[in-house]
Amino acid sequence: MLENHTKLMHFFASSGEIIGRKKLQKIIYILKKCEVPFEERFQFHFYGPYSEELTLRVEELCNLGFLKETKEEKKNYYQYRYLLTEAGRRFLDHYHLELPEMGEQIAEMKERSSRFLELVSTILYFEYLPHGEINEKVLSVKSKQNYTDEEMTDAWEFIRKMRGE
Amino acid sequence: MAYRNEQLNEEKVFKDPVHRYVHIRDRVIWDLVGAPEFQRLRRIKQLGTSYLTFHGAEHSRFNHSLGVYEIVRRIIYNFEDRPNWNPEDRLLILCAALLHDLGHGPFSHSFEKVFKLDHEDFTQQILLGDTTINAILKKVENGFPQKVADVINKTYENKLIVSLISSQIDADRMDYLQRDAYFTGVSYGHFDMERILRVMRPMEDQVVVKESGMHAVEDYIMSRYQMYWQVYFHPVTRSAEVILSKILHRAKELHENDYAFKLKPTHFLSFFAEKPTLKEYLELDEAVTMYYFQIWMNEDDPILSDLCERFVNRRLFKYIEFNPNHQMNEWMELFRLFQKAGLNPDYYLVVDSSSDLPYDFYRPGEEEERLPIHLLMPNQELKELSRQSEIVESISGKKRTDHKLYFPLDRLEELSSRSKTKKRILEILYR
Repeated sequence: MLENHTKLMHFFASSGEIIGRKKLQKIIYILKKCEVPFEERFQFHFYGPYSEELTLRVEELCNLGFLKETKEEKKNYYQYRYLLTEAGRRFLDHYHLELPEMGEQIAEMKERSSRFLELVSTILYFEYLPHGEINEKVLSVKSKQNYTDEEMTDAWEFIRKMRGE
Repeated sequence: MAYRNEQLNEEKVFKDPVHRYVHIRDRVIWDLVGAPEFQRLRRIKQLGTSYLTFHGAEHSRFNHSLGVYEIVRRIIYNFEDRPNWNPEDRLLILCAALLHDLGHGPFSHSFEKVFKLDHEDFTQQILLGDTTINAILKKVENGFPQKVADVINKTYENKLIVSLISSQIDADRMDYLQRDAYFTGVSYGHFDMERILRVMRPMEDQVVVKESGMHAVEDYIMSRYQMYWQVYFHPVTRSAEVILSKILHRAKELHENDYAFKLKPTHFLSFFAEKPTLKEYLELDEAVTMYYFQIWMNEDDPILSDLCERFVNRRLFKYIEFNPNHQMNEWMELFRLFQKAGLNPDYYLVVDSSSDLPYDFYRPGEEEERLPIHLLMPNQELKELSRQSEIVESISGKKRTDHKLYFPLDRLEELSSRSKTKKRILEILYR
């Protein structure tokens, strides 16, 4: 029952509080690309890979009382924080689910900005292209972000680290 | 004359119940419609299992694809001579609109979940692989198939082009809302599309709507909201979807356990392995799928034959509202009781969530999550729709999710009236 929801709850149990919906989307996508078996499907949107299924599941977890969402008003937008509740922890006690250890990877990603994670996830989205074409494609679809050479290098290094290479 | 610019001697028109007529003048578009990969869409229903709830909902992805093409044709007709619009993009966006759903398979949603496939990957494969569609697009120019693929995949550099078929107010949604409303026969889903098309304006990287058209857009958002809850999330359709998924799971499981099917499931073998080639994928349409379901009704495996009989003859599961947080202990007890009653709970006791369905709501794009609908104000400023419209604000902020528990009531009722297990199961379900 609710296997995909349960995987997300395991994620929140490992992550502690996650600040920002965009960050959440990108972290789950990057983990998925690092072989963590999340089943939410992602499509490329204006801000990179995005999963409507993930958004809906998170809403459901909040409505069920398994996840606490806090909304904060920022200058031009709202920001959201997510934390697993006690009811969520109790639910997880009933479930045995094999998921790879992801605590360290999550901690690394939480330290990074959502702009950087957007770059990393966009690179991963175009992984199917020949290696030499990936950077060019990323910079063309993200031309407004003006990513620097240093950021590109840092993103590739980060991907290798996430994958333990 | 270059193939790109070639026009038919006479305009072709398709009668269409939603847009009255679909007009085709470009040779390229006409050739694409005639390609076998596009004609295949006639054999894929637009709404999957909804026809078991709304008997009119037999329309196909073919109808819808032509409809999206027609809406885009009308939008760009209005864009001619406007700033930010490059007429050279005309053929590219028309092709992308027509072909955007090319990779959908039979009962897409369930098939994709069970066999871990993605119709968007197959759209790309059809556009870029060894197909008639690819050959037609290549005649325009060598790199043209890749451009069409990029627009559909939303990775094309020109976001304005992408937004015409993939944004929160795009031709795709405007067609399916109206078409699905028409064929299901519901009275929701209608809005003043002509008005919206008149007030759409091309900007550098998206389509926006003049503020004077806000009320028409409100109507569109309301239609979308109502269609989700009244049609797309209909609990009876979800029951059919649950059974369909379980059929596919069961057939796959039997195959993995070397079960001897009476008729070798040739068309499914590569799907069971989760690696169909493009050719195998294109060969499995809904007619073939339903043929297998009819054959499997006579299989010796009681679960597979029962599920197929249910699907073919519309003997669906019943359902109750279910809250996994408050009813976890009950669910665990039901799981054990179903086993005791000889009903495999993996197939006959199913929790279904609204997030298991593929439709999306309007989102105002908090934290750059998704690009929202923008209104173009008289001073040329852009404002997000829900900040200007109280109606949209009230439904886009409102969260409504839904979980249901599905089970075969008829099988429970068949148990002996003296069975304590039966009594307890019904007690929990209908408390």
